[in-house]
Amino acid sequence: MTSKIEKEDLSRRNFVFGSIAAAGLTVAPGVMLYQTANARDLSKPVSSKVRWGMLIDTTKDVDWNKCVEACVKEHGLGNEEHSRADQRTQYIRVVDVKNKTTGYSMSLPVMCQHCEKPPCVDVCPTGASMKREDGIVLVDRHRCIGCRYCMMACPYKARSFVHETLTDQKTTTPRGKGCVESCNMCVNRVDNGQLPACVEVSEGAIVFGDLNDPESDISRLLAKHGGKQIRADLKLNPGVQYQGI
Amino acid sequence: MKKLHFLEVEGNTKGFYTFLGIFGLISLIGVLAAYYMEHHGHYVTGMSNQVVWGTPHVFAIFLIVAASGALNVASISSVFAKTAYKPLARLSGMLAMALLAGGLVVLLLDLGRPDRLIVAMTKFNFVSIFTWNIFLYTGFMGIVAIYLWTMMDRPYNNLTKKAGMLAFIWRLILTTGTGSIFGFLISREAYDTALLAPMFIIMSFSFGLAFFMLVLMASYKYTDRPLGDYVINRLKNLLGVFVAAVLYFVIVYHITNLYSADHRGISAFVLSSGGIYTFLFWVVQIGLGTILPLLLLYGPTGKNRTMIGLASVLIIIGAFAQLYIIIIGGQAYPMVMFPGMEVSSSFYDGVVASYAPSLPEVLLGLGGVGVTLLLVTIAVAALKFLPASLADEVVDPHAK
Ligand code: SF4
Ligand code: SF4
Repeated sequence: MTSKIEKEDLSRRNFVFGSIAAAGLTVAPGVMLYQTANARDLSKPVSSKVRWGMLIDTTKDVDWNKCVEACVKEHGLGNEEHSRADQRTQYIRVVDVKNKTTGYSMSLPVMCQHCEKPPCVDVCPTGASMKREDGIVLVDRHRCIGCRYCMMACPYKARSFVHETLTDQKTTTPRGKGCVESCNMCVNRVDNGQLPACVEVSEGAIVFGDLNDPESDISRLLAKHGGKQIRADLKLNPGVQYQGI
Repeated sequence: MKKLHFLEVEGNTKGFYTFLGIFGLISLIGVLAAYYMEHHGHYVTGMSNQVVWGTPHVFAIFLIVAASGALNVASISSVFAKTAYKPLARLSGMLAMALLAGGLVVLLLDLGRPDRLIVAMTKFNFVSIFTWNIFLYTGFMGIVAIYLWTMMDRPYNNLTKKAGMLAFIWRLILTTGTGSIFGFLISREAYDTALLAPMFIIMSFSFGLAFFMLVLMASYKYTDRPLGDYVINRLKNLLGVFVAAVLYFVIVYHITNLYSADHRGISAFVLSSGGIYTFLFWVVQIGLGTILPLLLLYGPTGKNRTMIGLASVLIIIGAFAQLYIIIIGGQAYPMVMFPGMEVSSSFYDGVVASYAPSLPEVLLGLGGVGVTLLLVTIAVAALKFLPASLADEVVDPHAK
C-alpha cells in the first residue's frame, strides 16, 4: 500500500518536473546528450542521496537586488496587471535587518528556505505542497486547491498566492490563478545540471550544492565556518543557510 | 404537564415564502460574489500575500464553530438526561447541520480553485489537520443525521441516548480540530498556544446557543406558536454562563501571553496598540459582545424577550469581532523572523499588514449565513422539528 503510494508520488514528481525538462530536451538535445555529472537522469526518480542547499554569505558586498531580478526573469514573475503591491508574487526578497540597540544593520536575501521538516508540506490537505527526495520544496500547481493554509504555516513568509489570471508565462515555471507558489530552487535548472538563477548572479556570495556530500563546496564551507539558520529555534532545519547573520 | 407534540411549519403561507425568498436571495448573492472573486481572481478582495485568510474565513469559522455549539441543547437533553431540553433537541441537531453546511459552503467558495473540490476529496495528506477536518465535518453530518433519525422515528427512540453520546463526543473533537487549524501554526504568535483549542470549544457553546435562541424565538414568533418563559429562562441563563466562560478564557489567553516574552507582542498589539483590532477588542468584543449582553441577560431586563433577543444578537456581533481579531489580526501582526531586530523589505516584513474587507468577501460570508437559514426554513416545514407548543404547561414538569 505504502509503496504503491510512493510509486505514484514519484511518478507524479517525475511527470511534473520531468516533462518540463523533457521539453528542454527537444529544444536543446545537446544538453542531454552530453549530460554533465550534475545533471539528473530523468528516467530515474529523484534521489534522496542528494540534498540540495544554499549557503548565503551576507558579509559579501554584493547587490542582492540582482538576485531578485534574476529570479524574476528566470520564472517570468512580475507579470501581474491588476494585483496590488501586497498581492504580487515574490519568490525572493531582500530583507533589511537593523539592531535597535547597536544600530548595526545588514541586508540578506530571503526565499523559501527548503526546510527539511517543512510546515507547508505538513499542513497541505491535498499533498500539493511537497518536498522532493532531493530536499527541494515546491507546489504541484495541478494539485493545489488554493486554500492558502501553507502560507499561514510558513514561518518565513516565503509563499505567494496568484491573485489573477496570468498570461505570458515561462514554460519552465507553470503558474496559475488561485494557486500558491514559491521559490522552487530553480528545479528546472538544477535538474539540467545548472545553478539556480540567483546563485549564478551572486558573484560567489551564494554557494549551491549537495549538503549530503561531505566533499561538496557547500559542505566544506559549512564544516569550516558553520552556517546559521533563520529561526533555528523552530527546528525545521532549512536547506538555505546563512553566514554573517 | 401536557403531552409534547411536534408539527411541521405550514409551508403554503405568505410568511413562509417570504422567508424562503429572502434567504434564497442572500444565498444567491453570496454565490454570485464568489463567482466574481473566482472569475477575476482574489485581487478584487482585500486579501493579500500577508493577510491570506480574510472575511470569508471569519464567517466560515463562525458558522462551523457555532454549528457544534448549536448541538449543545440536544446533548444536554440526551447525554445529560435533562428532560427540560428534550423538546428542543430536534431543532438543535438540525440547526447544527445547517450551520455546518453554511460554513463549509463559504470555506469551499473562498478557495483559489473551488473547481478542484474533487482533488480535496480524493487526494489526502493525513499529516494535515485540514484533511482530518474534512473527515470530522462529513462525520458530523452523518452522525447528527442518525441522531435526529433516532429522535424522530419512534421505534429507534431507545438508541437516541447512544447516538447523542456519539454526537457529543464527535462535536468536541470537531471543535478541537477547528481550533487546531490555528493551533498548529507555530510561526504565528497569535496562534502558538495550547489554549486555542479549548477556547474554541467554549466559544462554540456561546456562539451556537446565541444563534439557537434567535432561531427559536424567531420561528415561534412568526408561526404564532406559544413559547413559554420556562424554556427561555433556562436557555438565557445558560447563555450567560457561556458568555462569562468565554470572557474568562480571553483573560487567561492574554495574561499568559503577557507573561511570556515570545508572546507579549501580540497581546500588547490587540490590547493597546493595534488600532482597529484594539477598538474591536474593547468596544465590540468586550463592551458590546460580552458586558452588555451579560447585563441584559441578568439585569432587570432579563425577562424581556426583546432584550434577550438583543443580547443574543450582540453576542454574535461580539463573536465576529473576536474571530476577526484572531484570524485577521493574527495575520496582520508581523511575523517575527529576527527576534529583537527591526526588519523591513518589499514583502512587508516587520510592518502591520493592512487589510480592509471588500464587498464580495462580505457578501460571500453573508451568503453562508443565508444558506444556513434557508436550510432551516425548508427543514422546519418539511419535517417535524418544532413542537407545536413550548408553552410552560407543556414543557415545565412543575406546571399544573
Ligand atoms: S520556507 Fe516556508 S515554503 Fe519553504 S519549505 Fe519552509 S515552510 Fe515551506
Ligand atoms: S494552497 Fe495549495 S499548496 Fe498550499 S496548502 Fe493549500 S492546497 Fe496545499
